Amino acid sequence: MVSDRPATSPHSASNPGDLGANRPMLSPLQVWDLTVAYQRTPVLWDVAFQVEPASLVAVVGPNGAGKSTLLRAILNLIPRTSGKIQIFGDEFSAQRRRVGYVPQRESVDWDFPVSVLDVVTMGLYREIGWLWPVRKQHRARAMEALNQVGIADLAHRQISHLSGGQQQRTFLARALAQNADLYLMDEPLAAVDAATELAIIQQLRAMKQQGKTCVVIHHDLQTVPEYFDSVLLLNMRVVASGPVAEVFTPENLQKTYGGRLTLLDEVSSAMRRQEKLL
Amino acid sequence: MIGPSVAWVATETSEEWLVALWRLLTLADYNSRVVILGTALLGCAAGVVGSFTLLRKRALVGDAISHAMLPGLGIAFLAATLSGGDGRSLPILLTGATISGLIGAAAILGLRSTWRLSEDAAFGIVLSVFFGAGVALLGVIQSLEAGHAAGLEGFIYGKTASLSWTDLMAIISAAAVALLLCAMYFKELALLCFDQAYAESQGYSKWWLDGLLMSLVVGIAITGMQAVGLILVIALLIIPAAAARFWTHRLSRQVLISAGIGMAGCFGGGMASALLPNLPAGAVIILACAILFLFSLMFGSAQGMVWRAIRRWQWQQIMLRQHLLRAVYEQAETKTSGPEIAGDFEVRIDVADLMISRSWSKPLLERLVDDAQREGLVTRIGSQVALSRSGWVQAKRLTHQHRLWEMYLITHADVALQQVDRLADDIEHVLEPSIIHELEQLVQGRTVEVAKSPHQLPEPS
Repeated sequence: MVSDRPATSPHSASNPGDLGANRPMLSPLQVWDLTVAYQRTPVLWDVAFQVEPASLVAVVGPNGAGKSTLLRAILNLIPRTSGKIQIFGDEFSAQRRRVGYVPQRESVDWDFPVSVLDVVTMGLYREIGWLWPVRKQHRARAMEALNQVGIADLAHRQISHLSGGQQQRTFLARALAQNADLYLMDEPLAAVDAATELAIIQQLRAMKQQGKTCVVIHHDLQTVPEYFDSVLLLNMRVVASGPVAEVFTPENLQKTYGGRLTLLDEVSSAMRRQEKLL
Repeated sequence: MIGPSVAWVATETSEEWLVALWRLLTLADYNSRVVILGTALLGCAAGVVGSFTLLRKRALVGDAISHAMLPGLGIAFLAATLSGGDGRSLPILLTGATISGLIGAAAILGLRSTWRLSEDAAFGIVLSVFFGAGVALLGVIQSLEAGHAAGLEGFIYGKTASLSWTDLMAIISAAAVALLLCAMYFKELALLCFDQAYAESQGYSKWWLDGLLMSLVVGIAITGMQAVGLILVIALLIIPAAAARFWTHRLSRQVLISAGIGMAGCFGGGMASALLPNLPAGAVIILACAILFLFSLMFGSAQGMVWRAIRRWQWQQIMLRQHLLRAVYEQAETKTSGPEIAGDFEVRIDVADLMISRSWSKPLLERLVDDAQREGLVTRIGSQVALSRSGWVQAKRLTHQHRLWEMYLITHADVALQQVDRLADDIEHVLEPSIIHELEQLVQGRTVEVAKSPHQLPEPS
């Protein structure tokens, strides 16, 4: 479940005493007052939410709402202007191994000369360590991950010969191989065939059964109630967040997609104009 | 050190020429041994490093860096000479070159991010301005003390023929270090090149890994500068790596093949330039690499043009044969009455009737019939053809697929009837069994032997 504001303040959450007592209940992801700007133009304003353990969370919003930016900010890939993010009550850098990332499929060149198995073992490179080669046990674990997403038979295929759905499953398998506890996925269901969508959703449900948490950028509003427990409606700021049943209402969707957030929009474009003048 | 220029193969008669060739091939001369071993090692290391920069899509960075090295050479020479030192001391010159090369790379990054200049403009500006400044500095140096600075020009076009033992040692150590680093950080560099965002999310520092790769490029450029010159050294980083892409889809093989092509190009180019002493060796080496690139482009086993053309041709033959079989089947169908015996394989069809069913030329149709007969799909009796039993089975299946797809297009895809036949023609050859099954479910509801044609077939009269 997602709630609008983290229940605990950042200070008490980082209190070591609290940490020990609340260990099983620790939220996998808490965000306070996150603001992110590209070239001084804010893309995310004052974003705050909290994710419950073992839940499937959809991040929903129109193009340019800052969904990918949110994931990238959580992963420390881009600098944030302000705000605090905690992963299992800790800094991201300390919990990095427990966080798996599934980037957008289009973000890489699929003509790269590697096989499916090669890509999946990349999820284990950190564990393998510097200077060590990929060994048999790692390949076996990569195969296991490929099995989970149902494309073990494609292990030795060149990635340039994959269909879109197979590419997406490859990326998911790479994240699975890492065996993380929190997964951040950027549009894993975008433009995939029906069989792939079903396979991925079944995998997400299995992960939830194992106590893992998935934060998924999702574009298909119709399937949100069916696939996800809670939802984060985002349009540069958080419009609403919480259990799907409570939050996923026509009014909130109207606020997210309909009439753009005129004020924020105008401030952003004013900043952009100013930037060009300077 | 800049050694004296040696005309290391002098040839007068053809007999002498043969002797020279033999001595060269056996690397009998000390000089040719140094040159050829040195450049071959350089080509090998450049091929490996170049594979990574190519896959990182940073192939031109090396170009900008190597051009930006020229002013550093001039400044280092001037500074050393004016302070009373030896202006031609190699370590001083190379340090100057490295520093200005790195300043050039930083200038590109700065132009791009601070002033939001497009990448190609930033490259163009840095490359030309730094190179122009370097050429101007060389002019100044030459006017200061004519004769002494002549060696500096060797860095622009290379001085392959006069590589010294010290140069060879420098190349060997630089190549060894580059190869070792690439082997040690192989998987991390591969991850960076494939998916930088994921690498960063895993905790790898983009700056560290990109820095490593750029240092390798600078190292290759510095070493290669003496051998092939700073203008052409970029070719050693790009051409072998690009050529290797035509041979493999595996990264480890890509790197090895690229190293091999770089080595072979430098080896062959070094040999050729020894036999043709009037040509600058650096240029000949690059041309040799280019020949290997062209060969790879044509015959590369993974993506070479020749194999692709052959595969395309074979595919076309399959499509043509399928068209023939379907045409015969459909003609046979119209000649018989009742669905039970439709397409009876014993029905004979006039070749002339087949002519009008598709827009094929007479010679093509004749050849197709002959080919099909050779494969036992049809039998030819005078001016008539009939399907053989195996041909009939194939033709029936093909016609069924074609019509299924046509019907799908009409009922589900809202395509005008006139266009359907053409579209179905292109697609039907690639339909997989699972798709056929799905189509059957969708279009028929139940499977029928051969779906009926949605067209009103014109009676061949």
